[in-house]
Amino acid sequence: MALLKKEASFTQEMRSFRQRQKKLLLRRFSSSSLFVTGAIIFFLLLVLAFIGPLVIPYGPVEMEVANRLQAPSMSHLLGTDEFGRDLLSRIAHGAQVSLWVGLAVTVITSFLGLVIGLYSSYYRVLDHVLMRISDGLMSIPGVLLAIALMAALGPSTTNVIIALSIVFTPNIARVVRSSALVIKEQTYIEAMHAQGASSFRIIWKHIAPNTISPLIVQATFIFAETIITEAALSFLGVGIPAPDPSWGNILYDGKLLVFQAWWMVVFPGIMIVLSVLGLNLLGDGLRDVIDPHATKGKK
Amino acid sequence: MFAYIIKRILSLIPVLFVVSVVIFSIIHITPGDPAAIILGQEATQEQIESLSEQLGLNEPIIEQYTNWVMGALTGDLGTSYFMRETVEEAIINHLGPTLSLAIFAEIFALIIAIPIGIIAAYRRGSWLDQSLMGISLLGMAVPSFILGLLLMLFVGVQLQWLPIGGYAPLSDGLFTHLKFLILPAISLGAIQAALVARMTRASMLEVLNSNYIKTARAKGVVERRVILKHAFRNAFLPILTVIGQSFGTLIVGAVVTETIFNIPGIGQLIINSVERRDYPVIQGVVLIVTFIYVFINLIVDLLYGVIDPRVRLDKK
Amino acid sequence: MTNPLLEVKNLRTHFHTERGRVTAVDDVSFSIAPGEIVGVVGESGCGKSVTSQSIMRLFDEKRLVEYEGDILFNNESILHMPQKRMQKIRGNDMSMIFQDPISSLNPVYTVGDQIAETIRLHQKVTKKQAHQKAVEMLRLTGIPAPEKRVNEFPHQLSGGMQQRVMIAMALSCQPSLLIADEPTTALDVTIQAQILDLIRDLNKDMGMAVMFITHDLGVVSELCSKVIVMYLGEIVEITDTESLFTNPLHPYTKGLIQSIPQLDGDRKDSLPVIEGTVPSLDQVPNACRFSTRCPFADELCKQEHPVLEHDRDEKHVRCWHYKKIG
Repeated sequence: MALLKKEASFTQEMRSFRQRQKKLLLRRFSSSSLFVTGAIIFFLLLVLAFIGPLVIPYGPVEMEVANRLQAPSMSHLLGTDEFGRDLLSRIAHGAQVSLWVGLAVTVITSFLGLVIGLYSSYYRVLDHVLMRISDGLMSIPGVLLAIALMAALGPSTTNVIIALSIVFTPNIARVVRSSALVIKEQTYIEAMHAQGASSFRIIWKHIAPNTISPLIVQATFIFAETIITEAALSFLGVGIPAPDPSWGNILYDGKLLVFQAWWMVVFPGIMIVLSVLGLNLLGDGLRDVIDPHATKGKK
Repeated sequence: MFAYIIKRILSLIPVLFVVSVVIFSIIHITPGDPAAIILGQEATQEQIESLSEQLGLNEPIIEQYTNWVMGALTGDLGTSYFMRETVEEAIINHLGPTLSLAIFAEIFALIIAIPIGIIAAYRRGSWLDQSLMGISLLGMAVPSFILGLLLMLFVGVQLQWLPIGGYAPLSDGLFTHLKFLILPAISLGAIQAALVARMTRASMLEVLNSNYIKTARAKGVVERRVILKHAFRNAFLPILTVIGQSFGTLIVGAVVTETIFNIPGIGQLIINSVERRDYPVIQGVVLIVTFIYVFINLIVDLLYGVIDPRVRLDKK
Repeated sequence: MTNPLLEVKNLRTHFHTERGRVTAVDDVSFSIAPGEIVGVVGESGCGKSVTSQSIMRLFDEKRLVEYEGDILFNNESILHMPQKRMQKIRGNDMSMIFQDPISSLNPVYTVGDQIAETIRLHQKVTKKQAHQKAVEMLRLTGIPAPEKRVNEFPHQLSGGMQQRVMIAMALSCQPSLLIADEPTTALDVTIQAQILDLIRDLNKDMGMAVMFITHDLGVVSELCSKVIVMYLGEIVEITDTESLFTNPLHPYTKGLIQSIPQLDGDRKDSLPVIEGTVPSLDQVPNACRFSTRCPFADELCKQEHPVLEHDRDEKHVRCWHYKKIG
């Protein structure tokens, strides 16, 4: 394959080569089935989370004692739980929780990771300190660290966001730092120095924009990771506290009722899998389009 | 090689220092007085103070940290408030099932993943390759606790083939031991399998493009042997790294999986301790699991030297 | 040349790529006699490497490549025979060495293991005998202390040594044809000369024919008796080495010869170069392929594709006007 590429491309002039690359990129974007599938799944998730509660005739904590543990039917599409609450409504509200936590953690970690990654790529001493800290944080397995932090902070949605932000920030910082280091070595950055540009300007105006695409790709994966971890924490009883619906909570109840109500395990499970799959596809698709080198091995 | 080992071990010191500081801080980022929280609302002021004293919470923070680290280094992780045993005993009592589960899950994962990855690379582009990789993509999106619940529902509850929970130690016989571990191990190992299969395929494809593979073909080596002897050994290095890194993840995954299947491992220990706010146990478990995780990665790094002669001989 | 060892007949090699089918080798015919050293020259991308790997059938035939034409080796058609039988020929009757020795040797096995593997693939010998033979082969290729080197890994050897190992491996089963694909390009000049000497000596001693692929005309003049000049997937000229330098027929060949620096030449003059760049393989003109760069090209050249004409004395040339240019 490498040989073939050599055979086919070495003769072209650089310009026509670049033009072709650009066209290839555009074509990849629209024809990236990964990206499109991921985007559709994610869109459906948004619809469920924000349109769903408006059309579902039951509230997420509205109890109907007479209709406890109903199997899926026309009146309760996904059935009811042990308090007679409508599962579809709870899952739709759970989607809101998952998306909110996911979004918050992604935004916080992206921002912190960007700042930490950029500055540690730029200042050597700072780099040593920050990277040792991130080494340390990353060597504590994520879920465990999250459990421990939740134990200290106490269960609440805000605390889940705080704990997961602590867990995932080093991850983003690493990605930003490594792409920033590459840019920093480029000649034009040195030229900027020579012209007397301030460090702040170089970092934010010239290095930062180049780290955005890997950052976005990584952030998509962090979003997925966050959804999984939040569900796991809630399932373990150390995440989102009980009356609020969250996919992990519903699964926790479902596990206790596994002999009576299969729907309480299957539907939230499918939701988590689908959203993670959607986000992973989105991330893979983005990476294929933005950063084709990273997937060289796959094709 | 020796210098490399020493250097690699020394590089762990700052990592473990940060780890210890983070884990130590857990008890101190708790809003309010830890002793009061541990004892709950009905505790008297006297009880709170005596617990604070017992925990050493009244001493300066640096001293508390030093005491804790010195204790940890000598194998003393403190005492559980609720179980009448030391943290070390509690961990040792619960570590067996977790390790057993993690190892069994890893074995399951490797047995299916590596052949799948190799076959997919060998038949690259075929429908077989595409469907195997499609399944693995799906597999990576199914968190182990969800797969566990689904397996429990279908295989345990509906089909009633296997127990839906519980544990029997190896001393009850291998068969009984495995009977309880099959579902947990599959649910835990599936993601690992998907990951390793994809990694194996990618790594094999990269190696298959290299010149020495062309040389092997030019020598008249049959394709099977090219794949298994010439390519796989070279492709194995990155695979090994993934296995090493994710074995740590596997142990952590075991923590969650145990809770589903009621396996009395360190997962249950930590979850129960979180409910009781039994901080010394939480800290101890996180510390020990992190240590195992770091240690496994160290071993993987050093194993590199055994497999790749370039690492073995070069002074890195 | 009554009984050629290798006969390539109208070989076409097509690749399936993202951009469609690309024909990298187009209607190539030539032959190599037993014991003969034939040079194949041309710029990178002219199809010389693809030709050699097509002869060895090294490309992925399921997905990547499609062949047309025929290749006879010892009067047996090898281009369409099953890979199973081809495997018995590769490394045994014909073998190959490559440009970059370090990447062509498997990093995780000792050089001895790799040579012994070739021997054991094709000969019924014990492990020990194969190892012995590997040491002998290393000695034959001029590696000092072969008993020690045989147990070393490729990265422990220098580039020249690595190429000697490749040669030892390629020749370990006494093949009748050695295909050398730019074997000296990645090496230092002094090492290059040593490797060339080694190939020439082994050619004399063992009598195998050599197909020597290079872009270096100096190497050709030292080593080869016959030269095949390729341009953009086609043969443009086949000639003996003597005439290549004294009387090149094709304008492209002339260009190549003129662009060699002469020691006694006038240094004030700039070196003549061939104008323009090689078109991409998927933009091959439906005419004389060299017409876009040829100083002698006229309307005929830009409209009609010339055939490979057979001139007197075993010479072939693909040019409308070679007699006129003369």
